Amino acid sequence: MSLNEFINDPNLLPWLIPVGPLLAFFIIILATNRGRLARRAPGNPNYPDYDGMPVPEVTPSSIVLSVAVGWLGVMIAWVLSLITIVRALGEEGFGEHVFESGLDWLATGATALRMGVMVDPLTTVMLMMVPFAVTMIFIYSAGYSAGDPRKSRFFAYISLFAGAMLTLVVADNLLLLFVGWEIMGLCSYLLIGFWFEKKSAYDAAVKAFTTTRVADVLMLLGIAYLYAETGTLSFRTILRDSHLLEELANQPAIILGGSLSAAALMSILLIIGTVGKSAQFPLHVWLPDAMEGPTPVSAMIHAAAMVSAGVYMLIRMFPLFEAGSNLHGHGAEFAISTPLIFMAIIGGFTALFAATIAVAQDDVKRVLAYSTISQLGFMVAALGIGAYVAAAFHLITHAFFKALLFMSSGAVIHAMEHGEHHVHEHHDHHHDDEHHAEHDEHAHFDPQDMMNMGGLSKKIPWTFWPFLIGGLSLAGFPLLTAGFWSKDEILAEAWLGLTEGFGPHTFVFITLVAAAFLTAFYTMRQLALTFAGEPRTEEAEHASLTGSIAISMQLPLVILAFFALTAGFVGVPTDFPVFGPVFADVFPVEEVHVVDEAAEGGAGFGGEEEAASTEETAATGEEDAHAEEAGGHGDLKSNWFHHFISPTLIAAQEPPVIPFNVVPVLFSFAVALGGLFVGWAVYWRNPLETGQEDPLIGFLGRPLHNVLKNKYYIDEAYDWAFVRPIRWFSEVVVNEWIDKGLIDGILHTIAAIFTFIGDLLKVLNTWLIDGVGDGIPHLIAAFSAWFRRVQSGRIQQYLLIIMAAAILIGLVFAFSTGILTVSAAG
Amino acid sequence: MVSLWVYLVLAAALFSIGAFGVLARRNAIAILMGVELMLNAVNINLVAFWRFVRPDGGSENMFGQVFTVFVFVVAAAEVAVGLAIIISVYRSKRSVIAEEVDLLKW
Amino acid sequence: MNIEITFETITFAIFGVLTLAGGIGVVTTRNLIHAALYLIVSLFGVAGIFILLAAPFLAAIQVLVYIGAIAILIIFGVMLTRGMTHLPERFNRQGGLAAVVVIGGFVVLLVGVILPVWGPNGAVAAEAQPIFMTTRDLGIALVDKEQFVLPFEVASVLLTAAMVGAIAIARDDESRD
Repeated sequence: MSLNEFINDPNLLPWLIPVGPLLAFFIIILATNRGRLARRAPGNPNYPDYDGMPVPEVTPSSIVLSVAVGWLGVMIAWVLSLITIVRALGEEGFGEHVFESGLDWLATGATALRMGVMVDPLTTVMLMMVPFAVTMIFIYSAGYSAGDPRKSRFFAYISLFAGAMLTLVVADNLLLLFVGWEIMGLCSYLLIGFWFEKKSAYDAAVKAFTTTRVADVLMLLGIAYLYAETGTLSFRTILRDSHLLEELANQPAIILGGSLSAAALMSILLIIGTVGKSAQFPLHVWLPDAMEGPTPVSAMIHAAAMVSAGVYMLIRMFPLFEAGSNLHGHGAEFAISTPLIFMAIIGGFTALFAATIAVAQDDVKRVLAYSTISQLGFMVAALGIGAYVAAAFHLITHAFFKALLFMSSGAVIHAMEHGEHHVHEHHDHHHDDEHHAEHDEHAHFDPQDMMNMGGLSKKIPWTFWPFLIGGLSLAGFPLLTAGFWSKDEILAEAWLGLTEGFGPHTFVFITLVAAAFLTAFYTMRQLALTFAGEPRTEEAEHASLTGSIAISMQLPLVILAFFALTAGFVGVPTDFPVFGPVFADVFPVEEVHVVDEAAEGGAGFGGEEEAASTEETAATGEEDAHAEEAGGHGDLKSNWFHHFISPTLIAAQEPPVIPFNVVPVLFSFAVALGGLFVGWAVYWRNPLETGQEDPLIGFLGRPLHNVLKNKYYIDEAYDWAFVRPIRWFSEVVVNEWIDKGLIDGILHTIAAIFTFIGDLLKVLNTWLIDGVGDGIPHLIAAFSAWFRRVQSGRIQQYLLIIMAAAILIGLVFAFSTGILTVSAAG
Repeated sequence: MVSLWVYLVLAAALFSIGAFGVLARRNAIAILMGVELMLNAVNINLVAFWRFVRPDGGSENMFGQVFTVFVFVVAAAEVAVGLAIIISVYRSKRSVIAEEVDLLKW
Repeated sequence: MNIEITFETITFAIFGVLTLAGGIGVVTTRNLIHAALYLIVSLFGVAGIFILLAAPFLAAIQVLVYIGAIAILIIFGVMLTRGMTHLPERFNRQGGLAAVVVIGGFVVLLVGVILPVWGPNGAVAAEAQPIFMTTRDLGIALVDKEQFVLPFEVASVLLTAAMVGAIAIARDDESRD
């Protein structure tokens, strides 16, 4: 099997996609990461203090080599993904059949765990986003971590991370997905704790690891349950088999069987996995702390990889979650399954909850972290109301603008650190004697605190504009930005349910609208605090980005900014006034499939027959009839994105295209513009002066602001509810009572007893030595003398024993299993 | 017509004789001969099963005979190495009595 | 189990008796040279059985390799260990026990094969397959890349290794220098 064959066969090609980064990881770790101990370069802004401690530092040549290897690996992955995407787009009826190949990996009795890859429309969309975003992050990292002595290691880690993410994306079964999932968990631990000399960093790493572990264990239980029930973990085998899903939905679960079906139980377990990975309430606590890692890691975790992985898994397993519910009112009674309600509540609540926290944060990255949690809540909530396409759409657009925002904020921080460094040098120059005092004073300067910024738009314009675009996209600035279209689609779906009086939809709509308003507000607040007005500190005054670092860090920003604006246009509803027709022409849906679209559209209005017969339609001569019927519903064609992604599901489950409704769009306009305006009015029009208090405090009242700023004291609550009791238990119960009291007491008692016995023995000394002391060795010697004859060294004796044993075992086996009797039939 | 079971009984008898030789003879070369008898019994079984019941119900395969050929190869190798060891032991201990070569004990 | 007397059964009886009698001779004769000659008889009997089983090529190999090479090698071995040829005791101390175990094993095999104690097992009723395969097929099977060419090559490596190993082990170290 030559490489050429691999590349020419779209079924085999996906195998190669994760190989590049994974190979890069091994090459860097094994070959190019050659280190030596060296003193820290003085004044390196990017590195925690070592107080002159020698650190392993790789040679410049090996750093260059490692970066090159990392880039090469991810570029290969990107190119292969592009080839795959092009083939997928050119494939007729893609989704009905997909690119896949696999092999039996681990036989377990009658079934076997398979290892395989698959590219279906959902995967294709992920492949459009992930390798691209990862490549941008790699380019950015080269600049960001310039001068870091462990740069090679950093590139090795992010290569492994990228490889794991790509493995997860192309996996065709839950097990391989879980493998990628866990490798990413490991990588996030390594990367968050990358600067492990900082206590906060390694604390955050441990927190992220343990928090996600709780979820992963439950998820693994879900996987095991699914495997036990179905005998397979392959996505397409399970999710495209509506009979199987129905069976699972009707079968009571092994625990809580009264109220949950088997499908619901395994769904909820899987969803909990995502709750951990995608940082949904109540397991969101690790994500803001993950900001301790280097900024490209934040971008990687929040945008391209880890949290997307969670939502990706939800979207992937959606048919299982949906089993037993009827969301689109196909004539029958509306029904919604427990897992979907679970998702809707978790998602909606998280979206609003995280948004309120984000409002009061001062750390530039923490705001983004909470906004990520909030946006992921949007996606989970969207899935909870069955807005499958909208969730996938928002996942993609969010990845673009959130990667952009994180990398921009990294550039801001870098610029601030540069300013801090500049200030340092300045002071050092003038007060050489007071070096240490100065150093201590400035050790408390936080380059991530937005209160220390201000006026940066003039210092780093090439960061400001991408940041602005990303922020507007996050806020859902109407019509122009990607975030608007995807958010609008979620709201439209929720509104449709709301008008029909569905409870979950109503809940989701209200929470998401509120969250969207807050999102727009805190985004504007962040933009204003960072960029508007005059610099509030000396450091901000000197903030700058220069040289190759500036290019390496800002070039990806510009590219990503382009996509943050345009990525949404693939999903513009075709019946949206003015914009719809324009983008329907830009991203045409092929003529052959128009009929399918029509049938799908019809399905939304109770024409489920058409949806089911979609496949035959094009082939038979009924085209005209259906086309006519479609005409009756107006021009309700699905947009390009919807059209492409919905064949991932079987026809009966394909989400219908929802008709344009002006109400949710007006809501989108109102909350986005309203939030932005409020933010502008409060922060941008009158920029904060140095030392001025956040006007939000006056507005909310200090107690409420403190609650928000301290994240509702969730960390403290967890500390109080879990960490302290366990610590108390260990320290007081285990250490004081059990260890010192009970065990030590027992030991002391035993010691006392033995002392007493020892005294007794002393008395009976002579008698004992004669009796027991000599008797026991004699007994042992006698036994050994007898027993050692077994090891005669005579080969024939061994053989004899072996043969007798073989005959005996054979007889026992024959009788106990009845195998000889059974073979009689043959 | 000789049935399969007759061959099997013959093979079982030959195998048992060989096994007795292996277990009971003192001379190591005689033990080696016993091993040869056991291998031959196996060969008879292989060919007999090939002749009467082929694993996939009689399609054209030569598995039984091919395995017999491999047993020949293994037997030849075994005798060559076995005799070399015996001669080597004889040279150092002046004995080929298996009971007296009990170096495994130490 | 009525056995009709045909040419085949008579032939089988002759070769079977040769095989078993030779085998018994091998394990009971005191003189090892005689034992080796009995071994040749027994192996010859097995070669005859192979012919009855429609495997003439194997019979030929049996004669060539076993009788021509292995038995002769054993005779050489016997002659190289002179002084051990006539041992006063034929059997070791566990001889009686070994006989019991071996007879027990034989009975188990016999019962498993013939008497339908564990149900009829197919061996009694099995019919001979039609013969349509020849030595040519065996040759093809050995060198066909779909079948046994890899084990075949491995076998040749094994033989080479055994030869080198035998020389290395049996070489007289004192005579080297």
